Amino acid sequence: MFEYDPVLLSRILTGITLAVHVIFATVGVGVPLMIALAEWMGIKRNDEHYRLLARRWARGFVITVAIGVVTGTAIGLQLSLLWPNFMQMAGHVISLPLFMETFAFFFEAIFLGIYLYTWDRFKKKIYHFFILIPVALGAMASGFFITTVNGFMNAPRGFDLENGVLTNIRPLEAMFNPATPTKVAHVLSSAYLTTAFVLAAIAAFAILKGKDHVYHKKALHLTMTAAAIFAISTAIIGDFSGKYLAKYQPEKLAAAEWHFETSTEAPLILGGVLQENNEVKYALEIPYALSILAHGTPDAEVIGLEEFPEDELPPLVVHYFFDLMVGIGMFLAFISILYVLFAKVRKWNEWNKPLLWAIVAGGPLSLLAIEMGWFFAELGRQPWLLVGYMTVEQGATTSEHVDLMIVLFVLLYIVLCTTCATVLRKMFKNNPVEKELHDRGME
Amino acid sequence: MSYEVIGISVLWTFLYGYLIVASIDFGAGFFSYYSTITKKNHLINKVIVRYLSPVWEVTNVFLVFFFIGIVGFFPSTAYYYGTTLLVPGSIAIVLLAIRGSYYAFHHYGEKGNNFYQALYGATGLLIPASLSVVLTISEGGFIYKYEDSVWLDYGALFTSFYSWAVVILALVSVLYISAYFLAFYAKAARDENAFEVLRKYALNWSLPTILASVLVFFALSDHNPEHFDKMLELSWMFSLSFLFFLGAVYLMWKKKHLGVAFILVMLQFATAFFGYGASHMPYLLYPYLTIYDGFTNESMAVALITAFIAGLCLLIPSLYLLMRLFLFDNKYVQGKK
Repeated sequence: MFEYDPVLLSRILTGITLAVHVIFATVGVGVPLMIALAEWMGIKRNDEHYRLLARRWARGFVITVAIGVVTGTAIGLQLSLLWPNFMQMAGHVISLPLFMETFAFFFEAIFLGIYLYTWDRFKKKIYHFFILIPVALGAMASGFFITTVNGFMNAPRGFDLENGVLTNIRPLEAMFNPATPTKVAHVLSSAYLTTAFVLAAIAAFAILKGKDHVYHKKALHLTMTAAAIFAISTAIIGDFSGKYLAKYQPEKLAAAEWHFETSTEAPLILGGVLQENNEVKYALEIPYALSILAHGTPDAEVIGLEEFPEDELPPLVVHYFFDLMVGIGMFLAFISILYVLFAKVRKWNEWNKPLLWAIVAGGPLSLLAIEMGWFFAELGRQPWLLVGYMTVEQGATTSEHVDLMIVLFVLLYIVLCTTCATVLRKMFKNNPVEKELHDRGME
Repeated sequence: MSYEVIGISVLWTFLYGYLIVASIDFGAGFFSYYSTITKKNHLINKVIVRYLSPVWEVTNVFLVFFFIGIVGFFPSTAYYYGTTLLVPGSIAIVLLAIRGSYYAFHHYGEKGNNFYQALYGATGLLIPASLSVVLTISEGGFIYKYEDSVWLDYGALFTSFYSWAVVILALVSVLYISAYFLAFYAKAARDENAFEVLRKYALNWSLPTILASVLVFFALSDHNPEHFDKMLELSWMFSLSFLFFLGAVYLMWKKKHLGVAFILVMLQFATAFFGYGASHMPYLLYPYLTIYDGFTNESMAVALITAFIAGLCLLIPSLYLLMRLFLFDNKYVQGKK
């Protein structure tokens, strides 16, 4: 039936592992910052509601951290198990950021352990807040280091190639490759945006369910204000990313936009369906927008797919991923800014049902956008593993049984994710805010 | 000292660190489950949970450190071990994943879920067994190379006396190290009942540990005589290890200085582990790969070592803080905080 193809199977398994990991990793980068915001507000305003918010977020966070850690360990090992030839070659260069990522994670793990078990241990509340700073910084630093590795695979720099071996390595040049600034900024900003929206969705849902405690409104206000700020920064950084692609990886941008012929005054294509002979139907065209996205001026020339050899073209399906990501991003920005506006104007009610439902939808949608963004970024550099140097065929394992391993890991991830969801649900259902406020004597 | 030797020493030290902290963790998981089915959990569970809770994530990092580090310093290991260990490596990942996440589910989510605890306890013994495969195959005789490919001979692996001896040693040492640590911890918590149970575990696992070590010696002399001869040249390290072992058992027997007893256990394993490692040199995978083949670039080695030192400057104070707050804060250990 199917022919055993370790290259394709390795791609599938890596994709599945990363698709699961990226959800927990994104939340893992964002939640410590949100906890820190809540606890800071609680201390500054001497408002126990915010401290309880931090405490409850932290409790749920531990469950997701566990899965983030184990799937992270999985992808760390799978790099060598599934891509041994790639690691043998590129291990010379990427080991420094990988190593430093582990250090950052180590640092975070230590302080997270301390944070969770010292809630009422210090006389001054602010000391407990201080412990969270290394947690948030460690999470950010892990995000930074691991993204530089991905940046390197997209824009390899900092080495010379001699007979298939990387020599004369300049580690810092490799880490700070041209892709790093926009990639890191986009990853961090979108992680904060996503987390803010996921937490806002929980608060909005509680309010919709008729829970009218001021606690939920404070949670919603804090998360949506943060979301609005991060939505704006993510959009600005997204624009820089487009300009980066136009300059360094024009084939990726062209594939995302189904831009076949090099031209000036290039239009941006939204949606649509690709016909045979590469004709686009049912799409919305925005004149000049691609030229503006790529170079900042409407008459700029944008390189088309025709300029590249056919066997080096990314799959054209990435267009849908790109559109979904951008579309959701726009939706999140619109909703969060709208909320802030509604909250500012006295006469308007920021707790009106349609807005709250839109916020609830924003939670899962933002996670979907993260997936879409990564699918676009990763499939968009096909057929390369190390752009310009190594294709995925050359990097994959020759080992047998990759197919069996896919079954094994899919089962594992299904079990982990379902248990995670059940445990989280039970945890908060059996101990609602109102009860906890009462038990702690805050009401 | 050459960069290669510095590199492997750093990595070996991390693996040793993992051996100790992971053994405590794996053994604790098993004892915790075992005590539940033998209805002694009310005696020792509190001690175990109080120690494990703040440190469970940290343990994993030692392992990640090792396998990222070895690919960094010696990228060719990725080719040999990566290609051949797909199946055992994946099984180890799955076990680690189940263990790590179900610990969190059990302790932060649904307390008292016996199924979660069973998973946690059982994987605690399976993981050391699956990880020890890597040490076994590094001795050679299980990996074959033909033209452009390498593969692992599972038949040879599963029928080898040596590989089973290593598995047995891994299992009993996990229980031995863990019981010593927990006994020490229970004593510090002034939990006499827990201490009595754990002391019994510690003494019970002492003899099997030393017997298993002898068994591995014996099996290795048969499997890889060249390595065995080199080990004999370092026999003073192994003799020292045995003396530390005697000291640890004596102190546990007398119920005195349990902190010192645990340090002796650590020294017992340090001398044996570094003796084994030193005599294995220069091979990373006998006979295909030495530390000099495919060593990373000099500039990268310098960068890695620099990052390592900088990282340690951050890590050591943080680890110290963690230990001050939870391990050596008697009020916390006794459950008063």
